[in-house]
Amino acid sequence: MRMTGAEIVWEMLRREGVEVVFGIPGGGIMHTYHPRQEFGIHHVLVRHEQSAAHAADGYARASGRVGVAIATSGPGATNLVTGIATAMMDSSPIVCITGQVSTSVLGTDAFQEADITGITLPITKHNYLVTDITELAATIHDAFRIAQSGRPGPVLIDLPSDVQKAETEFIPPECATTYVPRSLPLLDSEAIDRAVELIDRAHRPVILAGRGVLLSGAGSELASFADRTQTPVAVTLLGKGAFSPSNPLYLGMMGMHGHSAANHAIQEADLLIALGMRFDDRVTGNPAVYALQARKIHIDIDATELGKVISTDVMVHSDLRPVLAEINDRVLAKRHEDWVSKIEVWREQSMTNDTLQHTPNGALPAPHIINEIFAATNGKAVVVTDVGQNQMWTAQYYATECALPFLSSGGLGTMGFGLPAAIGAQFARPNDEVWVIVGDGGFQMSLHELATLVQEDLPIRIALINNRCLGMVRQWQTMFYGGRYEATDLLNPDFVRLAEAYGIQAWRAGSLGAARSAIAEARKHHGPVLVEFEVVRDGELSHVYPMVPTGAALDAMIHRTPIEAASATGRSPWIER
Amino acid sequence: MDRTLIATVADRPGVLNRVASLFRRRAFNIESLTVGHTEREGISRMTIVVDGRRTDSTKVAQNLEKLVDVLEVEDITDRPAILHDLALIKVRVQNRVARSEILRITDSFQARLVDMCPQTAIVEIVGSEQKIRTVVEALRSHGILEMVRTGRVAMVRGESENGNDAPSTDGLSTSEWEQGGSSWQE
Repeated sequence: MRMTGAEIVWEMLRREGVEVVFGIPGGGIMHTYHPRQEFGIHHVLVRHEQSAAHAADGYARASGRVGVAIATSGPGATNLVTGIATAMMDSSPIVCITGQVSTSVLGTDAFQEADITGITLPITKHNYLVTDITELAATIHDAFRIAQSGRPGPVLIDLPSDVQKAETEFIPPECATTYVPRSLPLLDSEAIDRAVELIDRAHRPVILAGRGVLLSGAGSELASFADRTQTPVAVTLLGKGAFSPSNPLYLGMMGMHGHSAANHAIQEADLLIALGMRFDDRVTGNPAVYALQARKIHIDIDATELGKVISTDVMVHSDLRPVLAEINDRVLAKRHEDWVSKIEVWREQSMTNDTLQHTPNGALPAPHIINEIFAATNGKAVVVTDVGQNQMWTAQYYATECALPFLSSGGLGTMGFGLPAAIGAQFARPNDEVWVIVGDGGFQMSLHELATLVQEDLPIRIALINNRCLGMVRQWQTMFYGGRYEATDLLNPDFVRLAEAYGIQAWRAGSLGAARSAIAEARKHHGPVLVEFEVVRDGELSHVYPMVPTGAALDAMIHRTPIEAASATGRSPWIER
Repeated sequence: MDRTLIATVADRPGVLNRVASLFRRRAFNIESLTVGHTEREGISRMTIVVDGRRTDSTKVAQNLEKLVDVLEVEDITDRPAILHDLALIKVRVQNRVARSEILRITDSFQARLVDMCPQTAIVEIVGSEQKIRTVVEALRSHGILEMVRTGRVAMVRGESENGNDAPSTDGLSTSEWEQGGSSWQE
């Protein structure tokens, strides 16, 4: 059957099971858009190409399948860059298709020409410039395999306009594929022997669970391993959902704004079992003084992560699930009662001073907002965050259950990620309630997508935490830059009226009671909604705690001033140790 | 110490760019990199020399293996192998005495005199790092005007995949073969 390049694109997407793509047309990709309707694939017209990439990423994270973004040549393609880098850092499988100028003028600085394969080379798993239409089908086929195999990531296909227009005989590419995913080494039985030995000998073990647990589908293996060896589990930001928060062995999130008990446990551990995580600097604090008493076992599907940051006693290069199953069969059942009760003490210490334990006295502390959303949704919402304080509060206070996605830009920390990623997540899970938690800073980096929400009639609930500043930067300015607030104050629009101008119902809340009823009202509404929560800009309640200052040991956390003492003396936060 | 890696790569546009970009963004220190066609169509081969003191060659290999166009990476440093590069050295020829002196040096190191002009000569030398360095030193007093090197290319000795049939009982390690400068290498 003869097909044009454009038709091959949609035919291949259809064969890959793609139901929705996110993009913006333009001169360089118009040919491709033209026959779309005949292939029954829905197109979401976003308002900026960066959102197309984030939405594809959000779709991928929430569905476990490949997300697809489409953009035109030149500025359309370059606008994808931040979204592609975000997907790369967080191992999210997306395929981006960009238009390109005709092959006859490639390299001549033609109108809307940008060397997008050159530009995205370091932020994609792989990319292609297709100059021969006979290679197009196999290229798209391979792109999907590459995006999903091993450690997932973004792939970009650049498509010159003459290739989109050209015709060829369509050959289903199963028989013509060139890409064979690199096979993983066989299970290293010697390494597993040593791992089992270390686990059997440990007295104070901690499991560090990252996104790899979710990507590998190793959640139940992790649960049985933790249970059998009675090993507490700390998760990374992107590992949320890898282990049930209702399990008594759950320590919460580790790292810079992690749960205090998790950070203490890691520093006092005699064995760390790192599963599908990569010891990011936001997770380790100062690596030179990280978990010095602990032997380390590191299992990851990406060999380059093993020993990259932290020197490790046992490295296993493998998909997580089979290794964990193998280890499970061989380790001794353990109790670790002393260790677990020691952790319980840390947990209780941090609980007593938690914001939620204290009445807000008319104010609206952000942790309470997240807690109210958690309570209203029974913890069963798909939660998407932006980046900054809103992200950390959500990570701390929305205890995502297993099997529900928690979406956040971890590695790249991309402000503006939240709203477009939520669009992708809602398409991936049309029957789930999607909440996106944003700050007033990051929201304004992608609020144009409010129009997309309305155009697609997506029932996304936006929780806008408004502190009238770039809160995380301001927190650092307060703590480490002598309170000099350089370029962090925001003069904001009236967000409720702004939402209404887009046709979105909106509420504003400045107290706990108002917040509670606004959340309830918003949940009754069927279309997109926005609730603006007014929170304080200054003082203790404006900060995220605990906090590990840059360069400090993981357990040298700055804690909230004990709340009674604060009102009595006005002391500044105290540093433990 | 130098580590030598051999990467078998698909002969597609931009492969060298991908490899170079990887080295740059991971801040790998590379001593040399050579690329060329192989006996198989569509397959190129890179020989990469890494400064082992500043850069972990295992990490280089693992990162290379993540590139889709890289088919295989092998660290051959500890295997019996021929490691050669080629240098062209242009020296000043001051007078007749110098000329015969240069000829003597070329002869004794099995280098070749590939060009002779009234005032200059070009010496071509193929061999190990050590051998090239020795010749450069020997020629230095004549005044080296220009030098160009290809970077190292490497090939494991013997027939089988793991080099099992390479004569390893003759008492010579890889580096001794290299430094020997024997006729073997020419």
